[in-house]
Amino acid sequence: MIRKFALSALTVLALASGGAVAEEDKGGIEDVDFSFEGPFGTWDKAQLQRGLQVYTEVCAACHGLRYVPLRTLTDLGYTDAQVRAYAKQFEVYDPEIGDTRPALPRDSFPPSSLENAPDLSVMAKARAGFHGPYGTGLNQLFKGMGGPEYIVAFLTGFTGEEKEQAGTTIYENTAFPYGWTAMPQPLFGEEVEFADGSPNDVQSMAEDVAAFLMWTAEPKMMVRKKVGFVSVVFLTFFAVLLYLTNKRLWAPIKGRKTQA
Amino acid sequence: MAGIPHDEYEPRSGFEKWMDSRLPIIRLLYDTLMIPTPKNLNWWWIWGIVLAFALALQIVTGVILAMHYTPNVDLAFASVEHIMRNINGGTFLRYLHLNGASLFFFAVYVHIFRGLYYGSYKAPREVTWIIGMLIYLLMMATGFMGYVLPWGQMSFWGATVITGLFGAIPFVGDALQTWLLGGPAVGNPTLNRFFALHYLLPFIIAALVIVHIWAFHTTGNNNPAGVEVRRGSKEEAKRDTVPFWPYFVIKDLFALVAILVVFFAIVGFMPNYLGAPENYVEANPLVTPAEIVPEWYFLPFYAILRAFTADVWVVQIANFISFGIIDAKFFGVLAMFGAILVMALVPWLDTSSVRSGRYRPMFKWWFWLLVLDFIVLTWAGARPAEPPYSTISLIGAAYWFAYFLVILPLLGVIEKPLPQPATIEEDFNAHYPTAKTPGE
Repeated sequence: MIRKFALSALTVLALASGGAVAEEDKGGIEDVDFSFEGPFGTWDKAQLQRGLQVYTEVCAACHGLRYVPLRTLTDLGYTDAQVRAYAKQFEVYDPEIGDTRPALPRDSFPPSSLENAPDLSVMAKARAGFHGPYGTGLNQLFKGMGGPEYIVAFLTGFTGEEKEQAGTTIYENTAFPYGWTAMPQPLFGEEVEFADGSPNDVQSMAEDVAAFLMWTAEPKMMVRKKVGFVSVVFLTFFAVLLYLTNKRLWAPIKGRKTQA
Repeated sequence: MAGIPHDEYEPRSGFEKWMDSRLPIIRLLYDTLMIPTPKNLNWWWIWGIVLAFALALQIVTGVILAMHYTPNVDLAFASVEHIMRNINGGTFLRYLHLNGASLFFFAVYVHIFRGLYYGSYKAPREVTWIIGMLIYLLMMATGFMGYVLPWGQMSFWGATVITGLFGAIPFVGDALQTWLLGGPAVGNPTLNRFFALHYLLPFIIAALVIVHIWAFHTTGNNNPAGVEVRRGSKEEAKRDTVPFWPYFVIKDLFALVAILVVFFAIVGFMPNYLGAPENYVEANPLVTPAEIVPEWYFLPFYAILRAFTADVWVVQIANFISFGIIDAKFFGVLAMFGAILVMALVPWLDTSSVRSGRYRPMFKWWFWLLVLDFIVLTWAGARPAEPPYSTISLIGAAYWFAYFLVILPLLGVIEKPLPQPATIEEDFNAHYPTAKTPGE
């Protein structure tokens, strides 16, 4: 019985993963092999730091991260002093002094400065790029939800076309729903100079900032996966023990021999 | 408690005797735990334990989440993010609660279909069935209101659409909807009362669960053979049953833990798999999402709601004979609640004297078609309300009603049932030829 279970579980897993690899998702969202995907994926801290830099130097001009406390930047590998120095560049309103002051680590990132620029704190979870195989979405187990991939597709999806609509300029984008967005193309390449000399073409910067935005959306992802893994291992072990206990317990009722 | 003859509790120690003559609580626990249970129960009978666990899990995680959550339209979304970022274990706790609702509904659907197949609703268990249906209704209300609390786009627009159903009721609809919302639209009063009710209802569910258990402990469990435990004497009853402890406690625990392996894998590795990504966008009354899709566990009934559009002839007839009072929208609402009502009335709609579907050769086919119908409706409910999905929903909805209102009443008359085992012991020994009743 256990063997049958294990075999069928393996078959399902093989089918799901095979399907996940084989399935091409529609909508122009291409899979990016991020380091944090899958049950055992972890953050690439260097990439998150690069993403923070892209965010700070490009995105932050209009967008905000109002739910992300600045102090949590230590998760990216920065020291307390570095976080304190980074925080200083933002002005925040302090109701206690009734005035603005330079931000401290205990504050959050400032909200969007442009009214119609959405807050990006949980944006990477607000989009799902993957729905395969066969519309079940089970490939998310290995690829993640596809939010960061959507962000990459969006940032690299500008065609250069623009038009006027109701008094505002809108820009054509292959990833955006209905094809036109009010956001002008933010990345053309080489906007940001990385200290470690990492590539700063559009695709690389888009991937870096997408990874960073996944972190802002789900900062506790690694803890979550770890707890999940420990729980699954423990519960599997516990289930096996209970299976054996149950078998032994029922043996006399079912008229079977018990092993000594 | 149980009508089945069984060993009585005998207080042994001095304390137990002292207690038993004042508050027989140990006796109550003994009778509940040692209840004679048909020994032929199969694996479909484990979902009750899963449901009890899910209710406990939701209450425990929910109470802790409530300590950190703020029911205010300006702060609710931020307080959920606060839980996800600043509370110890907050991320896991919230994902447990979020996916716990899915576990709860998955279990309740299997549990309900188990009851439908094995005729667990038939006399003398009609009251157990009705209470179960009440629990299910309360679960839907609780689940719906809980989904509003994070105050995302789907929370807001889901609340707008669902409370709008009450607005479709003729004459009193608008007033009723305003009364439910506490204002002309979904707003802060709505969020506050939904939070209060979301906290209250689970405890009413818990009370009803106790009544549910009380009811079937009085009648005894149904079982796959559908024949009753012999009650002539204690010895006779013992040949058909084993005590709940330890036999079914261990069996149910094994099943529960095996299911929890999958549950914890989902919570740990893909916790947002079952949710709408759109709900991570804060509620905005000025922006309507492209598609408003309810949680998966509402989809079958959502499909039925949307199936009855103004061009369906039943709707047109209803509209004509009610002088326009019943329009397509109200008809859809009636159909949705009607779909649950006919299920609740199944004890009186099923005319067959045979309880278990195992011995009903024609019933089996119709039953599995109903299961398929339920899955198709779930699928169609998530699709846009346009052809071919609207037609599929309509056929699915029609079959749902036909099953309960036409097929079940007729089958009892025309079907020739297979021979049933005389006793549970006979059924059990047919599965386990070497089995011997203990004490023989």
